[in-house]
Amino acid sequence: MILIALIVIPVLTALAVMFARDARQTKNLSAVGMSVQLTLSFYLLYLFLKERASGNTEPVLFGKRFEWYPGLNINFDIGVDGISVAMILLTSIVIFTGIFASWEVKDQFKEFFASLIILATGVFGFFISLDLFVMFLFFELAVIPMYLLIGIWGSGKKEYSAMKLTLMLMAGSALLVVGILGIYFHSDVNGTHSFNILELTNQNFSIEMQRIFFPITFIGFGVIGALFPFHTWSPDGHSSAPTAVSMLHAGVLMKLGGYGCLKVAIALMPEAAHELSWIFLILTSISVIYGALGVIAQSDLKYINAYSSVSHCGLVLFAILMLNKTASNGAVLQMISHGLMTALFFGLIGMLYSRTHTRIVHEMGGLMKVLPFLSVCYVIAGLASLGLPGLSGFVAEMTIFVGAFQHPDMFHRVITIVAISSIVVTAVYILRVVGSLLMGPIKKEEYQHLEPAKWHEKLATVTLIIAIVIIGIAPLWLSDMIMESLGAILD
Amino acid sequence: MSLNELMIMRHELVLVAAVLALLIIEIGMPEERKQKINVFAAIIAATVTIIGFLPADTGMLFGGMYSTDPLRMLMKNILNIGVFLIILQSVNWLRQDLYKDRSSEFYLLTFSSLIGVSYMISAGHFLMFYLGLELTTIPIAALASYEQFKSKSAEAGIKLILSSAFSSAILLFGISILYAANGDLYFESFQLSDSLINVLGFIFFFSGLAFKISVVPFHLWTADVYEGSPTNVTSYLSVISKGSSVFILTIVLFTLFRVIQPLWEDVLYATAILTMTIGNLFAIRQQNLKRFLAFSSIAQAGFIMLGIINGTSLGMTTVIYFVVIYVFSNLAAFGVLQTVGHASGKLTMDDYNGLYKTNPQLSLVMMLALFSLAGIPPLAGFFGKFFLFTAVAEKGYYTLLLIAVVNTVISLYYYLLVVKAMFINANENPIASFKSDYSMRISLVICVAGILITGFYSPVFEYIKYLCETF
Repeated sequence: MILIALIVIPVLTALAVMFARDARQTKNLSAVGMSVQLTLSFYLLYLFLKERASGNTEPVLFGKRFEWYPGLNINFDIGVDGISVAMILLTSIVIFTGIFASWEVKDQFKEFFASLIILATGVFGFFISLDLFVMFLFFELAVIPMYLLIGIWGSGKKEYSAMKLTLMLMAGSALLVVGILGIYFHSDVNGTHSFNILELTNQNFSIEMQRIFFPITFIGFGVIGALFPFHTWSPDGHSSAPTAVSMLHAGVLMKLGGYGCLKVAIALMPEAAHELSWIFLILTSISVIYGALGVIAQSDLKYINAYSSVSHCGLVLFAILMLNKTASNGAVLQMISHGLMTALFFGLIGMLYSRTHTRIVHEMGGLMKVLPFLSVCYVIAGLASLGLPGLSGFVAEMTIFVGAFQHPDMFHRVITIVAISSIVVTAVYILRVVGSLLMGPIKKEEYQHLEPAKWHEKLATVTLIIAIVIIGIAPLWLSDMIMESLGAILD
Repeated sequence: MSLNELMIMRHELVLVAAVLALLIIEIGMPEERKQKINVFAAIIAATVTIIGFLPADTGMLFGGMYSTDPLRMLMKNILNIGVFLIILQSVNWLRQDLYKDRSSEFYLLTFSSLIGVSYMISAGHFLMFYLGLELTTIPIAALASYEQFKSKSAEAGIKLILSSAFSSAILLFGISILYAANGDLYFESFQLSDSLINVLGFIFFFSGLAFKISVVPFHLWTADVYEGSPTNVTSYLSVISKGSSVFILTIVLFTLFRVIQPLWEDVLYATAILTMTIGNLFAIRQQNLKRFLAFSSIAQAGFIMLGIINGTSLGMTTVIYFVVIYVFSNLAAFGVLQTVGHASGKLTMDDYNGLYKTNPQLSLVMMLALFSLAGIPPLAGFFGKFFLFTAVAEKGYYTLLLIAVVNTVISLYYYLLVVKAMFINANENPIASFKSDYSMRISLVICVAGILITGFYSPVFEYIKYLCETF
């Protein structure tokens, strides 16, 4: 029941928002709805851990099946494992903070909040579904509101970016149609075909079939996970999107890619994954390095963060392709860690921009003196991003690289070292930005009188920072929870 | 023959009664109250639709010339709903003074054409089929030139009648070749011999029908006729004409031409790719929204071919299911075009800039319709398209599937262009805010309900599947 509530609450909230009277009511309704959602996610975590503690080792908990299209054996199958629970938590934290970060949206606020929440509905649905058809439905549902969100409330060359982003992601999902149907028609569960992931896991698909459909599925999900060379929607899209949308998109939506690659492409077609992983490892390490180097050339704060997202999400796919439990554990940790810190980054950038009206780094300076709260938050986000111990980024990246180094052969060693070198580049650009943005003299006279952070901005940033710190200091419960579920996928 | 037996033809008889009733009402009605006829027509259309759904006997009549079964009844019901919606959308347009004296003609011709559609679907003999087809087309050609003061409308009428006559001739030629080779015209006993001349007959026959469905390369008349005709006639052409021809093509391929399935699979494979791709590529460049929807409907016809290729009951199910959804989605889009065009006379994409600011509800309807046509969840179009793709994949044609999904992305691009115009683009003098009439609203509400519910409510699909399996 709790899983159904996770979809129903956002839908109801979005509907309620459409009938709200004024801006105040709209925001209150959204905030209440998403707070309930956040509470529910923590309750789900509690229930999940309790079940596991009492010795329940089923791969998927709270499973429910509703018959939908019996003629095609499509069922509304839902259930969660440790990875889904972690991703649901991430999503609810990000959408919760996203609501508060967009507290000051002025025009067409109803439509804005409704679309934002519908987008989140798609993401929640994606993470709980066990049926490939349902999963795909929610996947597309999460992508399409993006067009309107960026196109209407965006900035800069928003129309171009919105179109580019939508079409590229839809092209990815078009590949997924082929992949999903290929899997479906090659499966044989008691004489019928099946979309159910659990039933499909035990199918030993022929290697010829896997060779065709593994790359298709992997690239299909990889597009939204910013796999090189299909990442180009990401910088444009993120930089044109309004604050909350960037937060949600970089924070959560890009993770659909990693999640899908892990739980569909690799879990269902492991032989082809082993055989073809080298191609994708090369592509992902290009993502990692290219993203990091790309940042150095940028001076717009949003572009900086968008390219660093390409780099970090590249690392997620990179780790997944190592095909061992430690690295994949790191990948999931990295998804969560990056989701939180990139949401924090984009939130802060939005808050700074609303005050300074510029996002160009060298036009600002000395903000630490006038905006101490926001600046400190920015530094924390930066430190998490470059992997300072005690924050979530360190835990994730350490696990990834330890896992990657478990491969004894030359190819994996070299490619891991290449990927690790991105950390140095990350340190360079983070410190450079922090230096010229926050330190030094104040560049413009009017910056002396910038408004300090408001309550809703503080709420959003502090929530995210707390989450980052908790994972950084006490990651074990999370990584244990993930590890257990990985057993079912990778063994 | 008893009356009970005759009642097997209920769909057609009711329509004939409707035509007669309209004629009598028209004659009996005093001049100053002529406009009431619009209301009567809508009520009659609703009655016809409802009667269609009542349970009835099935069977054959006239020694096999006419046959009906639950599946054919369903097809007729789907098209009846479509015509009902179109008539609801026409009421306000026909109420204006210009058409005061002629509005009954519109309904008479529409119903006559619908009679043709029903007979065509129920045909059990090639002659019957051909009669139905002609009865479908000729009234519509008259309707296409209904706007007598517009030269474009006259042009559309001429183009439609000429190309229809041409396609009918080709179709007849095909039929006569088939007759020459097999010596039989009854569907029931028709046995395709393995003579090579059957291939020729089939190709001609298929080409004739392909004209009606506007399958590339027989699509050239489509855009011009769609643009010139009054909007409601355009929606009739793109929904009812096309839908009925798809139905009959599916039936004929699955029964009469089953023996040469490898041949027609190849033909459909090639035409499907051409139709989707060319329809989509041309749609991108259109400014006039009627032409735009014309090319979009060509592309949709290409997608429909994907289901037919499958050749099993699953393929038939997906085709019929898709047509149901297509009726709702396309009529919603055309309804918005019609009401906006009627209120403001504007039809191009630039005119739609900023429509959301002035007419939010109509813009939302249009967006839902276009997203449904593009196949975006959770709208019905998503389910329809996904199931068509399932039909292709079952056959193992993954290359064709890949081409098809690439085409959906292209189609999404141009559908988004309209959404962008309505929601994002700024406009200094947008179409003024206006209230659409009640009958239009009812029709749009039904369409939107269809778009929203058909996908989630799986019994629709299961019912069609059941009928196709027992067909």
